[in-house]
Amino acid sequence: MNLLEILSYGFIQRALLAGTLIALLCSVLGVFLVLRRLSLIGDGLAHVTFGSTAIALALKFYSVMSLLVTMPIVLLASLGILKLTEKGRLSGDAAIGLVSALGISAGIILASVGGGYNVDLLSYLFGNILSIRSEEVVIAALLCLGVMLMLTLYYHELFAISFSDELAKVSGIHTSFINALLVLLTALSVVLAMKLVGIMLISSLLIVPAAGALQLARGFKVCIMLAAVQGCSSVLIGIIVSIMANLPASATIVLVNLLFFAAACTIRRFIYPAHSN
Amino acid sequence: MSSEIVATESLSCSYREGRVLEDISFQVERGDYVGIVGPNGSGKSTLIKALLGLVSIGTGSARLFGTPLSGFRDWHKVGYLPQSLHLVNPVFPATVHETVGLGLLSLKCFPKRLNRDDTAKIDIVLDELGISDLKYKLIGELSGGQLQRVLLARAIVNNPELLVLDEPTAALDPETRGRFYTMIADINRTRGVTVLLVTHDSGAIGEHASKMLYLDKKLLFFGSFDQFCCSAEMSSLFGEHSQHLMCHRH
Repeated sequence: MNLLEILSYGFIQRALLAGTLIALLCSVLGVFLVLRRLSLIGDGLAHVTFGSTAIALALKFYSVMSLLVTMPIVLLASLGILKLTEKGRLSGDAAIGLVSALGISAGIILASVGGGYNVDLLSYLFGNILSIRSEEVVIAALLCLGVMLMLTLYYHELFAISFSDELAKVSGIHTSFINALLVLLTALSVVLAMKLVGIMLISSLLIVPAAGALQLARGFKVCIMLAAVQGCSSVLIGIIVSIMANLPASATIVLVNLLFFAAACTIRRFIYPAHSN
Repeated sequence: MSSEIVATESLSCSYREGRVLEDISFQVERGDYVGIVGPNGSGKSTLIKALLGLVSIGTGSARLFGTPLSGFRDWHKVGYLPQSLHLVNPVFPATVHETVGLGLLSLKCFPKRLNRDDTAKIDIVLDELGISDLKYKLIGELSGGQLQRVLLARAIVNNPELLVLDEPTAALDPETRGRFYTMIADINRTRGVTVLLVTHDSGAIGEHASKMLYLDKKLLFFGSFDQFCCSAEMSSLFGEHSQHLMCHRH
């Protein structure tokens, strides 16, 4: 199958479009999360999404309708992580681990009670971007638009809290609100990204583009742009390679992402040898 | 225009380990250069953070520019410089220009945007502090002294009326430290900016401070530098350095 033939299929066009939008969101948010040392929040929220998807399936909410159950639960969980970090005498990673454990254990019990694991639930473990439906693409586009709008409007506040919470507060920025906004936008993106790469690999979509961009970027805006380019390119290349080589799309996307990261590290050693160690 | 810049009344703060500040009352006037001193663990940094709303006040109250802290919104009047080494993530990808620009956000309404005038303001302050050549460097690539000047530029780019500095030279060599304090004194004199400085550096205090605040969980002394020099508190705090401290002034 050649490239033009691949691109002529509707399901592949939908996968490429939705995948690019989701990758754009995840890679831009990833820069803020990595710099705020909240890299693993994607993993934690993905596990909560697994649990909430089990609830949705138990309640007979399938496909797009399952978002009506998963979205509010994952949004609440993201705020829960934030509150545990702020008030619960827990570090960010411990709070994420706690909420993550709750999500995955609830999911396993519900799946078990509901008659064992079914195909719908398993597809959330490994993702299945090629099965994405038109309505899911529309939802991804609308959410992408909303999240990108918020990121644009609050860019400087997000930049300021990533640099220093303390200095941001003394600049009159409502850091609690901006922190909450960041984790809520992440929660929305994680729910969307589940379809793309699944629970097992979701954090790579948030972390790896940011980590790659941090190797080369000379400036905060440049870092965000590089992360977006790496994230989107990985999805486009990953989906096409997976079809041509008959490989799972999710794992291929992540491996391409990691190759970009390795390339960025190598380039850094040549361009900035003094700062490479 | 009221000359009160900072005031506290019976201010107390506690952490889980116990009370850190107890019954602190003082008032700082416009143009003062206040040296805040005390032994390690005496609550100097906590006092600064309480005044800026960064830690909760247990009992009592604090005012900035005559407004109770809970209702204070004019953050553009305040510049803050913490200990830089604790602050900056070495892999943070911001340039010096972007970092200094953060200091202008307190002047902006939603949605916050920096324009050409702001870029000009950043260039002017970088020039004033002699760090224009660092404009496009990443903050992770700077030496301790350069980073401190960049963070000072961030703190003064919005032309604050109050500059709060918390042990700003802890990581600097003596020569860089001296230059830094001269810079702060110039800002105090030429711009009329009120300065609150937490430091262990007796030389800097002796040379520049107009008032002293001596703290050891309780307020032990607050008054003019000259009064402090004649007090028993100075000897107990600085010991053999007392003479050195006074020599700087006279």
